[in-house]
Amino acid sequence: MSLLSISALDIRHGLLQAVREVSFQVEQGETVALIGANGAGKTTLLRGIAGSHRPSNGQIRLDGTDITRMPTYQRVAMGIALVPEGRRLFAAMTVEENLQIARASGRKGEWTVDRVMETFPMLKPRRNARCGTLSGGEQQATAIGRALMTNPRLLLLDEVSLGLSPLAVNLVYKSVEALIASGATILLVEQDLNRALKVANRVMCMLEGKIVVEGNAGTLTREQITDAYFGHQKRGQAEQT
Amino acid sequence: MSFITALLEGVLLGGYYAMIACGLSFMFGVMRIINLAHGSLAVVAAFGLWIIADRFEYDPFLALIVVLPVMAGLGWLLQRGILERSARSGELIPILSTFGLAIVIENVLFECFGADIRSLAPYVGSLAYDSFDLGGGSYIGELAVLTFAAAILLLGGLQLFLTYTPLGRQIRATAEDPDTVELVGVNSRFVNAVAASIALVTVGLAGLFLALRTNFDPYSGSLQLIFGFEAGVIGGTGSLWGTLAGGIILGLAQTLGAHIHPQGFLLAGHGVFLLVLVGRLYISRHAFRGFLKARFGW
Repeated sequence: MSLLSISALDIRHGLLQAVREVSFQVEQGETVALIGANGAGKTTLLRGIAGSHRPSNGQIRLDGTDITRMPTYQRVAMGIALVPEGRRLFAAMTVEENLQIARASGRKGEWTVDRVMETFPMLKPRRNARCGTLSGGEQQATAIGRALMTNPRLLLLDEVSLGLSPLAVNLVYKSVEALIASGATILLVEQDLNRALKVANRVMCMLEGKIVVEGNAGTLTREQITDAYFGHQKRGQAEQT
Repeated sequence: MSFITALLEGVLLGGYYAMIACGLSFMFGVMRIINLAHGSLAVVAAFGLWIIADRFEYDPFLALIVVLPVMAGLGWLLQRGILERSARSGELIPILSTFGLAIVIENVLFECFGADIRSLAPYVGSLAYDSFDLGGGSYIGELAVLTFAAAILLLGGLQLFLTYTPLGRQIRATAEDPDTVELVGVNSRFVNAVAASIALVTVGLAGLFLALRTNFDPYSGSLQLIFGFEAGVIGGTGSLWGTLAGGIILGLAQTLGAHIHPQGFLLAGHGVFLLVLVGRLYISRHAFRGFLKARFGW
């Protein structure tokens, strides 16, 4: 059974339908990258899986359990954690407090504040600093650490490289790669195609709310993905018919 | 010497105002809700304590054992029944609905208890008028000292609770970002209901000291709300130590105002409040203009 199973999911922002009949599966231990232009529906899809955005149709299953209507905080207790776009740390609270608060669901697991500090050594000296004073890379590390503190089975990463210096992106991805090596299941949104292809087993490309191309990171070519990204493929199909 | 006594009295009175403002400031800080029924709810607690003291002849301090849990329950109901629903419709609706609630409470109390004024002072022996002799003909009321000490304990305790307990952390995080807090596994509805309960427990304590230090009737709530509001705004809403400072500044202004002229009590208090308010707006004038422009296109 797949860890995450999405079927015919529709998510709307009022009149705008951001996600259209999306179906896919994520297996235990897999790393899946979601790519696509701005407004393709990637963030909405991740928020829908995490629970911040209620779908209008379709089904989300975690390990066979239907969680489509489950409140966000209960999904965290089930093992879904989202690192939201823009990090969304509690800026007035310290790094340690931000990490501790993620223990609210009480989900058992191996993650502790100390282990997060070991995984992201750059946080060690900033442990008692307010998150508002951190650099972008430190903030992103805290945000990922905070998600890990919930001991997730499925980690959703939404553009963790957004707004970071290339150096910080390298550091953050080093940690992500370490997580992947430890067997974590990750669904990530990434704008940098090279990075996505490097870390992921599988790549899905979204266009206008739909998944238009899906395949193994090894077998899909850059051309196939960029065509899907810009919608060339769609036009190509239209010309054939 | 009498000037020094007036200063001391002002500071102690500030303790009472801080206690009144505590729940108001806590609720605003955590839930971004201005509860205009705050004063009336304190009067509800005062009546509850009075009934227990009058009918069952229990000490009002002992009666807190019953009244504070009831207030906590009222806080839960208030959050789930009124605040949560009205907050969904925008920032203004909770203000209107709690204003309506205040009117309902006042009139229900009036129906039940009539217009008679009451006080808890007769039920606590001589505490209401005992005083400490400071020498040189100066005295300071025992009740005022007790109120001040209680305010410090309450605000300090609340601050420690918010800083060091997991639930306190959850309350602070929910105040900062109610959406994100759900993403880390916190049930924000539950946390807000707990916070409302805590706020109303502080309101219950404020009701006790209101009823001990003065007379009250069903309509006494609005003046308490104004004092609490002024103390909160002077001290900076949402900060507990700021609330204590705000209460003390308000109490000092009123007491010194009364020292200058018998009519000066309320006038000086309101004057300081307005000064601080205008000062704040002046300092943040650019920010304020930006806000108006962004919000209303002025």
